[in-house]
Amino acid sequence: MTALTLRGVTKSFGSTTVLHGVDLDVPTRELTAILGPSGCGKTTLLRLIAGFLDPDAGTIRFGDQEVFGPGRSLPPQRRRVGYVPQEGALFPHLDVAGNITFGMPRGARRKGTRVEELLELVGLPCAVSTRLPHELSGGQQQRVALARALAPSPSVVLLDEPFASLDAGLREGTGRAVADALRQASATGILVTHDQGEALSLADQVAVMRDGRLAQVGTPKQVYDAPADLDVARFVGGAVVLPAVVQGGHATSVLGTLDVPVGATQGAVEVLVRPEQIVLTPAGHNGTAVAAPGAVPLVPGAAGPTATVREVSYFGHDCAVRLQLAGTGEQVTSRMVGEDAPAAGEVVVLRVRGPVSVYAPVAG
Amino acid sequence: MLGVLSGLVALLALVPLFFVVVYTVSIGWDQAWALVARPRVAELLSNTGRLVIGCMLLTAVIGTAAAWVVERTRLPGRRVWNILLVAPLAVPAFVNSFGWVSLTSRVEGFGGALLVVTLSYYPLVYLPVAAALRGLDPALEETALSLGHGPWRTFARVTLPQLRPAMYGGALLVGLHLLAEFGALQLLRYDTFTTAIYDQYRSSFNGPAATMLASVLVLCCLLLLLLEMRVRGHHRYARVGGGVARSLPRRRLGRSFVPVLAGLTLLVGLALGVPMGSLAHWLVVGSSTAFPVGELVSTTLSTLGLGLTGAALTILLALPVAWLAVRHRSGFATLTERSTYFSNALPGIVVALALVTVSLRLVPAIYQTIGMLLAAYAIMFLPRAMVSLRAAMSQAPPVLDDVAHALGAGPTATFRRVTLPLIAPGLGAGAALVFLAVTTELTATLLLAPIGTQTLATQFWSNSTSIAYGAAAPYAALIVLISLPATFLLTREARRSTTE
Repeated sequence: MTALTLRGVTKSFGSTTVLHGVDLDVPTRELTAILGPSGCGKTTLLRLIAGFLDPDAGTIRFGDQEVFGPGRSLPPQRRRVGYVPQEGALFPHLDVAGNITFGMPRGARRKGTRVEELLELVGLPCAVSTRLPHELSGGQQQRVALARALAPSPSVVLLDEPFASLDAGLREGTGRAVADALRQASATGILVTHDQGEALSLADQVAVMRDGRLAQVGTPKQVYDAPADLDVARFVGGAVVLPAVVQGGHATSVLGTLDVPVGATQGAVEVLVRPEQIVLTPAGHNGTAVAAPGAVPLVPGAAGPTATVREVSYFGHDCAVRLQLAGTGEQVTSRMVGEDAPAAGEVVVLRVRGPVSVYAPVAG
Repeated sequence: MLGVLSGLVALLALVPLFFVVVYTVSIGWDQAWALVARPRVAELLSNTGRLVIGCMLLTAVIGTAAAWVVERTRLPGRRVWNILLVAPLAVPAFVNSFGWVSLTSRVEGFGGALLVVTLSYYPLVYLPVAAALRGLDPALEETALSLGHGPWRTFARVTLPQLRPAMYGGALLVGLHLLAEFGALQLLRYDTFTTAIYDQYRSSFNGPAATMLASVLVLCCLLLLLLEMRVRGHHRYARVGGGVARSLPRRRLGRSFVPVLAGLTLLVGLALGVPMGSLAHWLVVGSSTAFPVGELVSTTLSTLGLGLTGAALTILLALPVAWLAVRHRSGFATLTERSTYFSNALPGIVVALALVTVSLRLVPAIYQTIGMLLAAYAIMFLPRAMVSLRAAMSQAPPVLDDVAHALGAGPTATFRRVTLPLIAPGLGAGAALVFLAVTTELTATLLLAPIGTQTLATQFWSNSTSIAYGAAAPYAALIVLISLPATFLLTREARRSTTE
C-alpha cells in the first residue's frame, strides 16, 4: 500500500531548476528518509508535498487522492499532513497543551486525555503540558512538535531536518524516540536529512537525492551495500575506490583478489571497498601474516598485500587506520573496532572481507 | 495589493522631501544660491553646527560615562539611578527649557542652550550604551585582563571600541533631534535653522526664503541620517552567541566613590531636579492666580483624541510597509521601507511647511483641517511605528504559518490564532510610542492645527511665550505626566534591541 506517490515532480526558482522530474513511492506506515547534501532540493520536495509550494509539473497523490495535478492544487490546510520543521517552531504564545491541540477540532481541544496520550507517545511526562516552549530543552521541543503534528491523525508526517539543531548526544535519543512514536502511531513519515547515520539508522526506506534527482531508492542496507553509483557510495559512507579487472566471479586489484557479485561487469572496472571490509593482521618477518589469537584463521600461503600504518584516528568505539600499500604506495583507509587499532609505523597484511561492488570506469 | 498600499504610504512619506527638492529646483540655481549664500544663513549654519557638534560630544561623554558607572560598578541603588538617568526623556526639551528660562534669563544664548539640550538629550546615548554594556560578552574583557591589561587599558582598548556603534548611533540621534528642535531653542533665544524657518514663516509667510532654509536643514539632517544608517549597519558585532550573557563582576568604586556619586547627583539634579522644581514652583504660584480646570480638561481631551487617532492612523499606514519588508523581501519592499525611514531626517517644521504649501497648491480644501495635521503626524512618526512593527513581525516567522496551515488552519484562522497574538504586544508598543510622540509634538501642531484646535503643547507654548509662566505650568505638568510611560517603553525597546 502506498501512502504517497510522486510522479514527474519538477520545480524551478527563476532560471534554476531545483527538482528534475522526481518519482517516489512512500509505503504506508513506514519511515522514508530523503537523504542529500544541502542544496540538493530535498527541503523543496518536502514543501511541495506539504502544499506550501506548487510544483511546475507532475502529480502528487496521497493514497488514491490526487492533491496536486494538472489544474488542481489542494491547499496545505486541507491535505492533512503533519509538519515538523527545523527547531520545532512551536507557537511561542501557547503552552505545550495549546500547541498540541492547535490542529484538533474546537470541541476536542478542551479534553486533556489526547494531550496526555500524545505526550506519552513521544516520551514526555504529562507535567510539561502547562510549560511554555521557551521553558523546554531543544529535544523536548522537537518531541512536542511531533506530538502536535500527530494530534490531528495526519495521513503523512513530514520532518524537515528535525534533529539538525540538537547536540550530538541528544540527536540519537530524540531520533530514536521520534521514529518509535511514528511507528506506534502507525503514521507514514518522511524525514529530510543530510545526516547519513540518521537516515540509515532510523528509516525503513532511504531515497538518496542529488542535484534535484533521486539517485537511488532502497532499504538502508541496499543503499549502503550496493550503491547505485560511486557518488552515492561516497555520500552514504566511507569508500575506497580502486581500479580492478574482473574475470568471472573475481576481481584483481592492488588489494589482491576480491569477490564480486554474480553478473558483474567483466573487464576493467572500478570497485568499491568499504573501509570496514579491510581486515588487518600483523605481518611476520618474512612478510606473511601471523595468525593473531581470535583472528580468522588464514589459509596457508594466501598472504595478501602488505602495507605500512601511516596514521591512526582513534574514536574509542572504533578507529580509522590510514595505510600505505607496499609497492604501489597507494593510500587506503581501514576501519575497525577501537581495541584492534595497530600502532603507526607497523607493517600489516591486508585482506578484504565479503563481496565488493563493481562500477564501469568513468570515462577519461 | 499589499505592494500598492505600501507604495502609496511611501509616496506620502516622501511628500516633504519631494517638496523641498522640487521647490529648490523650480526656483532655479541662481536664485537658490542667492537665497542660501547670505550672511544670515552662514550665521544660522554656524549657530546650528556649533550647538549640534557640542551637544553630540557632551552627550556622548556624559551618556557613556553614566552608563559605565551604572552597569559596571558597585554603585549603590543602581536600579534607582537607572530610572533617574532615563527620566529626562519624559520631559520634552521645551518643558526643560521652560524650567530653566523661567528661573533665570542667564541660560539664554549658546552656553545655556548647550546646557539645556545636553541635559535633555544625553539619555539617547545613555540608553543604547547601557544596553550594549549589558550585552557585551564578558569573555572579551576577561581575556584582556588575562593578557595583562589594567582596568583602564581594558576599557580603552576592548570595551570602548565595542561600545562605539551604540555611542555613535546615540549621538547621531541626538544630532537629528537637535536639528529638529524648535521649542527649547526658541525659549532660550538661540537661533537655529528650525527657529529661523518658523520666524520667517510666521512673520512674512516668505515662501522662497523659508523653503531654502528648509533645504539646507534637510541636507544637514540627511547627512546625519546616512551616518546613522552606516553606524547601525556595523552594529551587529556587539553581541556574540545566543543565550544570556554572564555578567562581569562589578568594580569597587573605592576612592572615586564620592566624586562619582556627586557627579551623578549633579547630573540628575540639573536634568531632572531643576525643571521639576521650577515646574512645581510655577504650579504653586500659578494656582494662586488662575487654574482653568475646564480648559485644562478640554485641552487634555483633545490632545488625547489627536494622540489616539494619530497612533491608529500611523500604525495602519505602517502595517503594509512592515509586512512587505519582513515577509516579502524584494527591491521594492526595501525601497518603500527606506522611504518611510527618511522621515527621521525631516524636522516637524519642514513637514509642516511642505504640507501647507502642497495642500494650498493642489488640494486647498484640506488646508487647516485635522486630516492634514494627522497626515503630518503619520509622516513624522512612521519610523517609530516601523521599528516596533518590524520587531513584532520578526516574532511571527513564516514557518509558524506553514505549521498552522499543515495543522488545518486557513489564512484567516492562522492570522487570528497565530500571527495576531504574536505581533499584538509590538503593535501596542508601537501605537503607544506614536501616541506619546503626538501628545508632546509642538512644531508641526503649531503650524498645522486648525484654528480653535488646541493641544497641551500649543497651550503651553502660547502661555510661556507671553511670559505667563504660571499659566503655562499646568500644561507642562500634564505633558510630563502623559510622557512618563514613554520612558518605560523606550527603556524596554532599547533593552530588547540588543538581544536581537
